[in-house]
Amino acid sequence: MGEKLLMKGNDALAEGAVRAGCRFFAGYPITPQNEVPEYMSWRLPELGGTFIQAESEVAAINMLYGAAATGVRAMTSSSSPGISLKQEGISYSAGADLPIFFANVMRGGPGLGNIAGAQGDYFQSVRGGGHGDYRVFVMAPHSVAEMGNFPSHCYEVAEKYRIPAMVLADGVLGQMMEPLEFKFPEVDPGKLPTPAWALGPAAGRKKRIVRSYDLREGALEILTWNRAKRYQEIEEREVMFEAKLCDDADLVFVAYGTAARAAAAALKMARGAGLKAGLFRPITLWPFPKRKLQELASRARAFLVVEMSLGQMIDDVRLATECRVPVHLHARPSGSIPTGEEIFKKAQEVLKAGKGERVCSR
Amino acid sequence: MQQINPKPKSLVDVKMHYCPGCGHGIAHRLVAEVMDELGVRERTIGVAPVGCAVFADDYFNCDMIQGPHGRGPAIATGLKRSRPDCVVFSYQGDGDLASIGMGETVHAAARSENITVVFINNAIYGMTGGQMAPTTLVGQKATTCPLGRDPKVNGYPIRVCELLAQLDGARYLERVSVHSAANVIKAKKAIKKAFQYQLAGQGFSLVEVLSMCPTNMALSPLEAVKFVNDKMLPQYPLGVFKDIAGGKPDASGN
Repeated sequence: MGEKLLMKGNDALAEGAVRAGCRFFAGYPITPQNEVPEYMSWRLPELGGTFIQAESEVAAINMLYGAAATGVRAMTSSSSPGISLKQEGISYSAGADLPIFFANVMRGGPGLGNIAGAQGDYFQSVRGGGHGDYRVFVMAPHSVAEMGNFPSHCYEVAEKYRIPAMVLADGVLGQMMEPLEFKFPEVDPGKLPTPAWALGPAAGRKKRIVRSYDLREGALEILTWNRAKRYQEIEEREVMFEAKLCDDADLVFVAYGTAARAAAAALKMARGAGLKAGLFRPITLWPFPKRKLQELASRARAFLVVEMSLGQMIDDVRLATECRVPVHLHARPSGSIPTGEEIFKKAQEVLKAGKGERVCSR
Repeated sequence: MQQINPKPKSLVDVKMHYCPGCGHGIAHRLVAEVMDELGVRERTIGVAPVGCAVFADDYFNCDMIQGPHGRGPAIATGLKRSRPDCVVFSYQGDGDLASIGMGETVHAAARSENITVVFINNAIYGMTGGQMAPTTLVGQKATTCPLGRDPKVNGYPIRVCELLAQLDGARYLERVSVHSAANVIKAKKAIKKAFQYQLAGQGFSLVEVLSMCPTNMALSPLEAVKFVNDKMLPQYPLGVFKDIAGGKPDASGN
């Protein structure tokens, strides 16, 4: 804590998990997240931890399922196509109430797509991703500093509510270097309490079972409703966002991750040109910062959502604001990155078009 | 009254759901007796599969985890590496282990994970209702090969022990059967040896147990026993396929 470091995003993500007490990593190579397993392959053994290069993403997430069931802090990471494969284990972890932690360093898709940073996996991340009714706690960093500091928070939330938690980054954040500071006390995993549900040495206690199924009539519904109560608590308590210059803004940019960096550049240009613009950056994508957006919708004239996808988060913005003000989109899917200039230009168009009129995007 | 052969402590005293003549109950008991005899019940974690034995998590009286179809060896890997002080076994059927989970099986063996796999081979899918398994015999009828397994269409059954024997990481492999009393005794010895391999940190061990599924073989319990003896044994010869006692230290550093 306190020391200034210069790190690559993927390395910061890995080191952040290690400092948060992670001592188990299983993963499979895929660009642009390869630095994470590479880093873990030397860092974890140094600390007496375990690194496994799994035979597949499916195997890796199931190794994580097993490790997490013993109550330890563990991790896997991948990029978009690999995260699709991991959905099986993520769904099972949600169903078994295991607090797994994983990261998606998104790339362009669908299919094999490309290896550039993209944001096409928003729906997959915030709507569950795998089969069944469940949620994942999703944090979206926009800097190397956040890449390094979010794993710790993910573990805390995951363990508190017993749900899967993830960092949703992209290839840009994974590959770039920036200074950072780890802003949380380093965790000694030996001092973490063993959860009351963890599998392991059982002398003097009853057996424990970790599972995601219940075939008794009506039983699964009760389990799912109990989980839903925790989801509700998370929506009430764990929302995180950043609002820049939003208080007097006529136009509010809404963007997360790398897109928020481009939007921040556009914000500077807009303010420089005398436009009243603001930037709202959701940090937790689920739970989504609905309430703050509702509040902003009561005074802003329009929203401009900037996404490196065809436009996915925009649905949540519209739901949150109940379409009380026009919600516009500037979208660059499949590995292209919007520039500050093009966003600024779009902002000018939006404000010119005036209240109530929809401006078609792209 | 003296109880000569009481129920093992490592089995929960509940009524099992298995069909009459099914081999799972026997195999469960053997694993439980081995846990009792080795005194490891309170530090054993079992992995229950998808399939008929999914409820093994209720039957074994030790910590249990149930996971996705075929992923037992990967889950066991995560458990064992995080808890090297525990004994970890994965209990799997033929569809689970040799079809959807073949990748996990082969690679856990290749890594020589210090885990034990109990593999029940009854040549058919049980829970889903008698579909063709990777171990279904040529000519054997199943609901997805109603005229019998035709190699031209469905290929050939997989001999798991022989396949895994090619891997340096597989340390102990034996095929046994539970279709007769004498074979049940041999099966227990093999399961015990597999657990002992793990306790000694010797790496990956697997016991393949030929077993009866009267319901889905569409046979009476006695006919199913005869099927295992007459049809399965020629395709799946019993015996030890690997037994490298005193091998290199295992991957989890025991």
